Amino acid sequence: MTLKANNLQKEVIIISLVEMKNIKKKFGSVTALRGVNLEVGENEVVGLLGDNGAGKSTLIKILSGVMPPTEGEIYIHGKKIYPGEYSVNKARELGIETVYQEKALGEKQPIWRNIFIGRHITNRFGFIDVDKVKQESQKIMREIMGLTGEGASPESRVSTLSGGERQGIAIGRAMYFDADLVILDEPTMALSLKEVDKVLKFIQKIKDSGKSCVYISHNITNVYPVSDRFVSLDRGEKVGEYLKDECSLEELNEALILATERKIG
Amino acid sequence: MNNKIKEFTRRHSLEIGLIVITILVWIVFIITSPRTFLSPKIYRTFMSTVPFVGLLALGLTFVLAIGEIDLSFPSTMAVGGMCFGLAFAATNSIVLGILAAMAGGFVVGLINGILVTKVGMPSIVATLGMMFFLRGFVTLSTDGSAISLRALGDHMLYPVFSGTFLTIPMQTVWFLFLSVFLGFILYRHQFGDNVLFVGDNSHTADLMGISVSKTKIAVFIIMGMLAALSGTMDVFRLRTWWPTQGQGYFMTAFATVFVGGTSMKGGQGTVFGTFVAAFLIGSLEAGIVAAGLAGFWTQLIYGLIIVVSVSIHTNLRRLGIT
Ligand SMILES: Nc1ncnc2c1ncn2[C@@H]1O[C@H](COP(=O)(O)OP(=O)(O)OP(=O)(O)O)[C@@H](O)[C@H]1O
Ligand SMILES: [Mg+2]
Repeated sequence: MTLKANNLQKEVIIISLVEMKNIKKKFGSVTALRGVNLEVGENEVVGLLGDNGAGKSTLIKILSGVMPPTEGEIYIHGKKIYPGEYSVNKARELGIETVYQEKALGEKQPIWRNIFIGRHITNRFGFIDVDKVKQESQKIMREIMGLTGEGASPESRVSTLSGGERQGIAIGRAMYFDADLVILDEPTMALSLKEVDKVLKFIQKIKDSGKSCVYISHNITNVYPVSDRFVSLDRGEKVGEYLKDECSLEELNEALILATERKIG
Repeated sequence: MNNKIKEFTRRHSLEIGLIVITILVWIVFIITSPRTFLSPKIYRTFMSTVPFVGLLALGLTFVLAIGEIDLSFPSTMAVGGMCFGLAFAATNSIVLGILAAMAGGFVVGLINGILVTKVGMPSIVATLGMMFFLRGFVTLSTDGSAISLRALGDHMLYPVFSGTFLTIPMQTVWFLFLSVFLGFILYRHQFGDNVLFVGDNSHTADLMGISVSKTKIAVFIIMGMLAALSGTMDVFRLRTWWPTQGQGYFMTAFATVFVGGTSMKGGQGTVFGTFVAAFLIGSLEAGIVAAGLAGFWTQLIYGLIIVVSVSIHTNLRRLGIT
């Protein structure tokens, strides 16, 4: 009796921010995901780990509305998502912002267009309030990206920026729109140590402000300190799930290697 | 203040360069044939002939900005002219005629857009096919004969596309109005922003929630409707429609867009450049003939202007200046 009540209570309390169930994805003859479950709790940072081609990016693209799953269910804030009604714009409405591995920038466009791509501040006829947008861009560059004065202005074209500055725009834009869940796909790739540090601080900020985050990376050393939980994918399947409180960096490393080896063996 | 001017020149060096070229060419014409180029008559002629190519080039600017190409517009022009001619001949209504022409341009653009986005054909192939198909279509539809529209000249609304406004020919009034409007759309509207991103990197556009297919289809429709409008205006001028309409405009429209500073690579386009270049390209032939040079100099000079101005544009872009 008591046990049942307890269980019930537990179910009421824990409504995950995101719940993906048995997600499968095929690209023609290639199967990228073979029934993956992924949950992200309120104010939780999940480190999503796995080798090249494991299906990490595919999984989060499904979550952020870029592509529908071949099979499986998605719940956001406890509400079921129907593939026909889901899209990138819908995902944003539900508070999901994504920094893609590909950065998703327009090289020939100025920074201000890149920050507000697809959702400019407009009047009701759709004309852009350019002054306002540039002002906000300047603010984002200064306050979120930490770019000061010299060099980049909102008018600068992305093609003239460094790798770190580009990543800064992708992240700054995700942060500006005040999401409940920020997904970062390989945000530290090809960044200098100092810039990696900036990204990690940014993730910490998300956590401190009560938001959630999915952080994808090959680099466990980076993921470990900022994550609450780790999920490891291998060739389209979930092969492990670990709480930070229950394992040290070394143990996690070992467990990941073991999980992959077991699959090969 | 000085900095602002510098910044302005830096950002608009492409446009400024084009204006300089245009003025240089103009000065050469004034020197070589002062009688022609110092009287207002020739400018009125330019203002009533240049907009036909100008409207086509305006549409082409959007098509190139989104990273596609359209070869079918001369035929679309004929479709627009024919739709207008048939509708006007049947109803004696200019409004219905224009609506018919716009509908024709819309449908052609829609088909081009669907072939490129949904069927997945490269636009160069899809619109090449459409170019032949539509030319055959208008020729067959009219048995290859012209539509004579003598009555058009007596119509109350005839001056809409053919009269003058404050001594400026209506063709140029429309061209100017549409250039300003489409300029605002391209640089200041969410739609234009989407066009630039789809042309720059369609994968980025896709990831950021911009519908690549819808945006491309819309651009092909804009092209189609502008070509149809150009065809209609051309019919107003000649008061006759020919099944061969538009055939002379293919090369000059492309020359205009490229000289204007729009690149083939997508993600960038300049409506202002197209507007200025339309008059530059449109005045070359008259200037060459007035200078007493034989007609075949025209092609050589066209070629020279294209190569010189595009190489300037390309280098400005490579230096990251514009
Ligand atoms: N659009 C696509 N079309 C076809 N196959 C795809 C597509 N996207 C991904 N794949 C395939 O799906 C598998 C998983 O790819 P995914 O990008 O999700 O891996 P990943 O875990 O993000 O790898 P990485 O760490 O290298 O980024 C790969 O085999 C990839 O080739
Ligand atoms: Mg990936």
